[in-house]
Amino acid sequence: MILDGKCPTGPIETSWDRHRFETKLVNPANKRKYKVLCVGTGLAGGAAAASLGELGYNVHAFCYQDSARRAHSIAAQGGINAAKNYPNDGDSIYRLFYDTIKGGDFRAREADVWRLAQVSNNIIDQCVAQGVPFARDYAGYLDNRSFGGAQVSRTFYARGQTGQQLLLGAYSALSRQIKAGTVTLHERREMLDLVVVDGVARGITCRNMVTGEIESHWGDAVILATGGYVNVFYLSTNAMGCSVTATWKAAKKGAYMANPCYTQIHPTCIPQHGEHQSKLTLMSESLRNDGRCWVPKKVEDCEKPASDIADADRDYYLERKYPSFGNLAPRDIASRAAKEQCDDNRGVGPGKRGVYLDFADSIKRLGEDTIRERYGNLFEMYEKITAENGYKQPMRIYPAPHYAMGGLWVDYNCMSNVPGLFVLGEANFSVHGANRLGASALMQGLADGYFVIPYTIAGYLATVKPGQIKDDHAEFKKSAEEVKADIDKMLSINGTKTPSELHRELGKVMWEDVGMARSKESLEHALKRIPEIREEFWNNVKVVGTNEQFNQELENAGRLADFIEFAEILTKDALNREESCGGHFRTEHQTEDGEAMRNDEDFCYVAAWEFKGAGVEPELHKEPLKFENVKLAVRSYK
Amino acid sequence: MKVKLHVWRQNGPNDKGTMETYEVPNVSSDQSFLEMLDDVNLALAKDGRDVIAFDHDCREGICGMCSQVINGVPHGGQERTTVCQLHMREFEDGAEIFVEPWKARAFPVIKDLVVDRGALEKIMQAGGYTSCHTGGVADGNALPIGKDIADYSMDAAECIGCGACVASCPNSSAMLYTGAKVAQLAVLPQGKVEAHKRVMAMTEAAKEQGFGNCTNHYECQASCPKGVNVKFIAKLNREYMKALCK
Amino acid sequence: MQLTQSSVGRKIIMAVTGIVLVAFVCVHLLGNSSVFVGANAINAYAEKLHSLGPFVWVFRLVMLAAFAIHIIFGIQLTLENRAATPERNVQIKRLKTGFGAETMIVSGLVLLAFVIYHLLHFTVRVTNPDIYVPLGDQGMVDVYVMVVKGFKSALPVILYLVGMSFLFLHVSHGFQSLFQTLGLSNDKSLPVMETVSKLVGVVLLVGYISIPLLVVFGLIKI
Ligand SMILES: Cc1cc2nc3c(=O)[nH]c(=O)nc-3n(C[C@H](O)[C@H](O)[C@H](O)COP(=O)(O)OP(=O)(O)OC[C@H]3O[C@@H](n4cnc5c(N)ncnc54)[C@H](O)[C@@H]3O)c2cc1C
Ligand code: HEM
Ligand code: FES
Repeated sequence: MILDGKCPTGPIETSWDRHRFETKLVNPANKRKYKVLCVGTGLAGGAAAASLGELGYNVHAFCYQDSARRAHSIAAQGGINAAKNYPNDGDSIYRLFYDTIKGGDFRAREADVWRLAQVSNNIIDQCVAQGVPFARDYAGYLDNRSFGGAQVSRTFYARGQTGQQLLLGAYSALSRQIKAGTVTLHERREMLDLVVVDGVARGITCRNMVTGEIESHWGDAVILATGGYVNVFYLSTNAMGCSVTATWKAAKKGAYMANPCYTQIHPTCIPQHGEHQSKLTLMSESLRNDGRCWVPKKVEDCEKPASDIADADRDYYLERKYPSFGNLAPRDIASRAAKEQCDDNRGVGPGKRGVYLDFADSIKRLGEDTIRERYGNLFEMYEKITAENGYKQPMRIYPAPHYAMGGLWVDYNCMSNVPGLFVLGEANFSVHGANRLGASALMQGLADGYFVIPYTIAGYLATVKPGQIKDDHAEFKKSAEEVKADIDKMLSINGTKTPSELHRELGKVMWEDVGMARSKESLEHALKRIPEIREEFWNNVKVVGTNEQFNQELENAGRLADFIEFAEILTKDALNREESCGGHFRTEHQTEDGEAMRNDEDFCYVAAWEFKGAGVEPELHKEPLKFENVKLAVRSYK
Repeated sequence: MKVKLHVWRQNGPNDKGTMETYEVPNVSSDQSFLEMLDDVNLALAKDGRDVIAFDHDCREGICGMCSQVINGVPHGGQERTTVCQLHMREFEDGAEIFVEPWKARAFPVIKDLVVDRGALEKIMQAGGYTSCHTGGVADGNALPIGKDIADYSMDAAECIGCGACVASCPNSSAMLYTGAKVAQLAVLPQGKVEAHKRVMAMTEAAKEQGFGNCTNHYECQASCPKGVNVKFIAKLNREYMKALCK
Repeated sequence: MQLTQSSVGRKIIMAVTGIVLVAFVCVHLLGNSSVFVGANAINAYAEKLHSLGPFVWVFRLVMLAAFAIHIIFGIQLTLENRAATPERNVQIKRLKTGFGAETMIVSGLVLLAFVIYHLLHFTVRVTNPDIYVPLGDQGMVDVYVMVVKGFKSALPVILYLVGMSFLFLHVSHGFQSLFQTLGLSNDKSLPVMETVSKLVGVVLLVGYISIPLLVVFGLIKI
């Protein structure tokens, strides 16, 4: 089937304004009759729930943490982009639009990206009004910094805690609506199923994580803003609880999963130190402004302390390979280059999976104090984790899974192919194409939540009668029974491997075979291994405790079951996409000097997968991508 | 290395709860404290025994989910460090470690080391915001805000809402948590408008939720993983008096 | 209502009454130190106070009110604070607070007991009939003689030493605390005030106990 993104036609500059005008409205008096479920309280979900509550809808919000403020958006460090052009350095909506399309390696919809760039400015204003303490200059005006993939300074930030401050802003707006009674928050609830009646999303089934109760919630529309899925790799920069569960359950009920193979591997993370490790920690990309990446030229030097290796024996591989961008090459490129060096057996540190990020030259040039001023907190964090002093010896870094560009397929209205199911933020596939630029995920989450969904959901709700189907409908009972049956099954297997052991196994397969570099062979290997892990899970998992208690083993088991099924579709998507673009690198498709080779002829489309059952071949639906405002071009950083 | 853990086990809010002892062999000094607990849980699970429940999520010290009193101090007493950032190399080989939940009337135990911090949410809901609408606000640069003020506000806004201030306070007072939010907004032009209403409502909510009164022990600042300063409590008191005079 | 029922409001009352009490303790110490000058000085001081007539009673009522309010709210706040932590951790390690801060209610109640004793001893004059010697014919008592004789027996001296040690504990936390409560401190002044607070405590302690001690060691004598 050919999918239609329902993008407005005509001049792109006015596309969103025209669309807003053409979208139906809901009579203010009727709004409170509509019940909207919003799963997720991160930037996307929190902003959406607060805004919709304020408009008068009866909103119910859900999150698995004990507070809306703890969604993983809180962890974002760097900043948020906006086309304000405050520094007067030539930025514009068009330039932000262009950079994002190009950064995404020409795999996103033009209209979506345009809208994002257009509302980016409103986001900053909104956050300032909420009391977000953005960095300011001495004149009292908002300060900007530069980020990768752009030649203008358009990133707004709040120290190293931008995501936290933006989320606290959305959370405060949400708190205000909770107090006002327009939003009801259900914390420590995990959505375990989407209830679909006659092809329309009508509610969710979730588990109360404290009591184990399986609850049914009906809604006239369901919003998923449940974040990304890169924990499919087990070790990633995401929080421990981030999962694909909500979106995958929706996929199992008919929503299409789009471009799941587009995963971002971030180049500057602290390397893994041992088998027991539970997660990886990101170090802001900004470090590459002053740090130089290198590995020893000779294999035998790898065991020596860095200080014993003469400059002539060091391979500053990024500067060598990309003389014009050097250490500031984009994320996908820098990550792959690091992996190449380690595959060449010239990695450093435990297991030789690491490269040096060396500040010695900058310290010599600028002094240690300047470096401390710029990155002090990062050096501190590095020392806390590794017990090494980054001023005295080079840091060791290694790429780690970080962000999911793929997600549930949505049209221009952020509605999935299942009517009534809306998907926002990292959970959808929309604006980042095959690679996300720094500081643009926060922008997308808030754009979707504050400025897109309040308009587009009205267009849908205006066409449905409120409260038509409630939780006494048979489908709700059926869904609750299915959820309960899955839980009982997991608890009763009583095998020998815990969820965390199996998750580690899955992660290993995904990282090695479906990670930074993918080949037909490795993907086929993964497609052999994943069903084996699935089999083992359903026959040999050991989940202690009961459902009727606070049970983290059970939570993990459920999430893992979904990751396993999802991993298969991710791998199939990677196998299908016979090209290299952005975060998806197929070793068969590279230029002579190892650069990604896109195939616009055959793959300039969104791959949306329809799940047909575990172990059954999923069906591929395509949405062709048209580029009318930006010319398709090769992305080069030489 | 190896350590001996004494862990608070409690099956629910109405269960009595006791300390249980676990010998943990093969601890790597590079492990984080929570990874060590993961290993304990792995062994317990393999044995078919109930695992130790503990809250955690980001494991990088920002979400505020992790919440354990270690050897009598919330988050273990390393300066500006959450439990999830605490590493085993900080302990000696053979160390005995006490691991307990936050304890306060306002934080009933859910299970083991997991407590219900909903009371903090109620304080936020009482007034921890500016009542601006989505859309229709002024340009971000319309009102210049001095760098010193923006920095002060940001210092207050660093709070991660973990509740260590309450757990460390001999009175289980939430005044640092409340003061940080009151101060963050009170100095900004956007937050000044409702400053009086906010400080009244938030302190009242803290009382209603069963938190104690602040008697200036300053334990909160000492155990705060973000080092939020008690000057924000003084600021809250100032704001309160201004509001009273109105 | 807000002032007398809210958490911060009652703290403000504690601080304001605390100021009154601290001020009194300081002025009282200054007055007492006239004993070092000699019998005439302290008797003159006592007589001067007496001659104020009704003002003495106004002053006493204000002090009584401040004291009573301070005590009532002190007890109420402490009970609430205890109730806020019904169960404590098995292990508790404090990083910052000290013995004085943690025992405010104890030192406060000891001070209450001390003040009652002190009033009976030197103001109402009922505890030791043998020390109250008349001075002149106005019904005055020779205060100098009363003080010196009063500290000739062990019990009063011990009670004063104990009482003043608790005053030290109470004030060494309370003094800086009141600045914080009234919003008068910030990150720079607070550490300074903490030291000043201890100093004030020490000065009060040394000042007050120097009188009984000097009597005991015979440096102040009849
Ligand atoms: C370490 C790190 C640094 C980053 N730095 C930057 C940066 O500098 N700039 C930038 O632009 N982007 C950055 N990003 C990316 C960005 O933070 C995220 O993509 C974005 O915040 C995602 O927001 P979200 O609202 O879509 O999802 P999230 O914030 O992840 O929220 C997900 C929500 O869904 C809920 N949820 C999930 N599953 C369920 C379920 N089954 N049932 C109930 N609730 C559920 C959760 O409780 C949570 O409330 C960073 C990401 C990481 C990990
Ligand atoms: C000479 C007598 C006293 C003096 C000089 C004194 C002084 C002070 C001061 C300055 C404070 C600090 C107020 C603040 O925190 O802002 C204080 C607090 C307090 N006082 Fe007193 N006080 C005296 C007697 C008492 C008595 C008799 C009690 C008995 C109940 C008492 C109980 C308390 C309590 C419970 C506190 C609050 C604890 C705290 O803030 O840490 N005090 N006092
Ligand atoms: S787990 Fe997020 S702060 Fe510790």
